[in-house]
Amino acid sequence: MRKDIFVLVEHRKGEIRDITFELLTKARNMVQTGGFVYAIVLAKNGDNFIEKLKSEAHRILCIENEKLEHFHSDYYQQVLGSIITDRKPLLTLFGQTSYTMDIAPSLAVQLDLPIVMGCIEFEIGDDKIFTINQVYGGKIHTRFSFPSKNGGIISIQPGTFTAEQGDLSAEIERITFSFEEITNKKFIQFVEAVAGEIDITQAEKIVAIGRGIKEKDNLQIIEDFAESIGAVVACSRPIVDAGWLPKERQVGSSGKTVKPKLYIALGISGDFQHLIGMRNADTIIAVNKDPNAPIFGIADYGIVDDLLKIVPALKKKIMEKCEARSA
Amino acid sequence: MNSIVCIKRVPDTTSATLKIDAENRKLDDGNLVFSINEADNYALEEALLLQEEFGGEITLISVGPKECDDIIRMGLAKGATRGIRITPDNLYKLDPYAIANLIAEQIKELEYDLIFTGCMANDDNFGQLGVTLAGLLNIPHISLAVKIQANEDYAIIDRELEGGLMEQFNIKFPAVITIQTGINEPRYASIFGIKRASKKEIRFVENISAQGIKVHTEKMYLPPPGDTAEIFTGNPEETAEKVYEILKTKGLI
Ligand SMILES: Cc1cc2nc3c(=O)[nH]c(=O)nc-3n(C[C@H](O)[C@H](O)[C@H](O)COP(=O)(O)OP(=O)(O)OC[C@H]3O[C@@H](n4cnc5c(N)ncnc54)[C@H](O)[C@@H]3O)c2cc1C
Repeated sequence: MRKDIFVLVEHRKGEIRDITFELLTKARNMVQTGGFVYAIVLAKNGDNFIEKLKSEAHRILCIENEKLEHFHSDYYQQVLGSIITDRKPLLTLFGQTSYTMDIAPSLAVQLDLPIVMGCIEFEIGDDKIFTINQVYGGKIHTRFSFPSKNGGIISIQPGTFTAEQGDLSAEIERITFSFEEITNKKFIQFVEAVAGEIDITQAEKIVAIGRGIKEKDNLQIIEDFAESIGAVVACSRPIVDAGWLPKERQVGSSGKTVKPKLYIALGISGDFQHLIGMRNADTIIAVNKDPNAPIFGIADYGIVDDLLKIVPALKKKIMEKCEARSA
Repeated sequence: MNSIVCIKRVPDTTSATLKIDAENRKLDDGNLVFSINEADNYALEEALLLQEEFGGEITLISVGPKECDDIIRMGLAKGATRGIRITPDNLYKLDPYAIANLIAEQIKELEYDLIFTGCMANDDNFGQLGVTLAGLLNIPHISLAVKIQANEDYAIIDRELEGGLMEQFNIKFPAVITIQTGINEPRYASIFGIKRASKKEIRFVENISAQGIKVHTEKMYLPPPGDTAEIFTGNPEETAEKVYEILKTKGLI
């Protein structure tokens, strides 16, 4: 019976990404007696990574090759396909990341395996694997299942599980693999985002706006309010997509991760990709007219109302009080 | 250059109170407003831009109930050439793999250079369809594209990674590209386009049963109430007072 859990080690520019340690922690907690947790290292040179993973897995499988210097889904798929076929794990775990979105679905096709992406939890049953996913912007949960007989693939939302230091000492196995040359897709380079004038990661107070502000013209009210409390204005992705604020103001998985003392979320629903960028703020206040908005699940304080009524009232109150104080 | 664009009809659930059907398997969506999935709308626009530059035809494919015709018509009005709507008997049991299978069956009959999909649907959040299709058709793919510089038979594409970083690839056609939101400015359909669209063909693929379902929905449920914010009630004046008090006590103003 299949018992092993494989975890793909995700690395970029020489660094293992946090999600890998989250997945390895979860895998150690979930693996059944007789099964092993494998860290799969695909790299040009794996030594550095192996060093950092020794305590985290029972076994480390390392495949080194020039072709694995940068992430390339097709080369990754060739190796992963081959080792999963040979070694028959119960589960192969990925993080729900930009790399995974580029590889896991086609790997599942190649191996003819069931796959569930974007899970927040999973369970190993007698003959089935169960997952829990957030759907409809986090307002509903769905429990999925697939038969575990032939194994399967799961990707987990980053930040769902807390990484803990392991105390294993991994057996290391290096294998060689001969790649088929990929000629129809080539990595060219990384492209850095242009740095903006304001670095929101340094801000102590942030007023963040989402699609709930409705129109670009409403930005002024927000800017005025932010200024009155000495905060910078940041936003969710749709505001950047619409071109209302520059990319460097975006908070979330594909934007910035911030940890201010105060985060005021105005008209932001609280999707996973946004929350991951701000959930460690000290104090979170959310204004949303939908009482069921997931943002209230993470906020310390909330107001269920129209932000266009609340924001001017807040600004007025603060101006009044400050004047009273300084008078 | 011929493209195929896969589009999905999804409900707007952001401000709605959601209910689940009696069998706990799907959303009770009777009162919701539907439209094209956000990222798919950007995918369609990308195909339209390439059509303007290189010419060629655009085929829209949607798997869903007959109401999907609305989003297909909208795409035809914007300039797509034809539409295909696939409505299998077991529509509400499909997983992304089975959906991709249905679409791949249709695509095999078509001539194409590029297949576009959105990078993720706002309802199920899987983000699997495009890359699954690429696997089934055995052609290369790029997911999460935020910039495309296309030529006749290849493109230079920036794909988005975490934290605002991007990586650039060169990809040869035929290929699948999944589009991230914000890559362009989706147009609106013109009155003229809407008129013309009524004459364009939508082909219906019905009375079939999707094969290859691997993942099953056990149940849907409302998330258990966890920690939630302390909610301030009252009129804006009163709630503002409470927020002010919090900010002051915490030394934030
Ligand atoms: C790969 C990937 C990466 C992503 N990266 C990011 C990221 O880095 N950051 C990010 O933010 N998103 C990201 N997203 C998008 C994310 O999935 C959500 O679509 C997005 O966060 C939603 O933004 P929103 O909350 O502003 O809009 P919506 O979800 O549309 O929410 C708007 C909210 O405003 C409320 N509202 C409306 N009117 C009012 C009013 N008058 N007063 C008060 N409230 C009102 C509504 O009730 C609703 O809750 C990413 C998506 C993908 C696929």
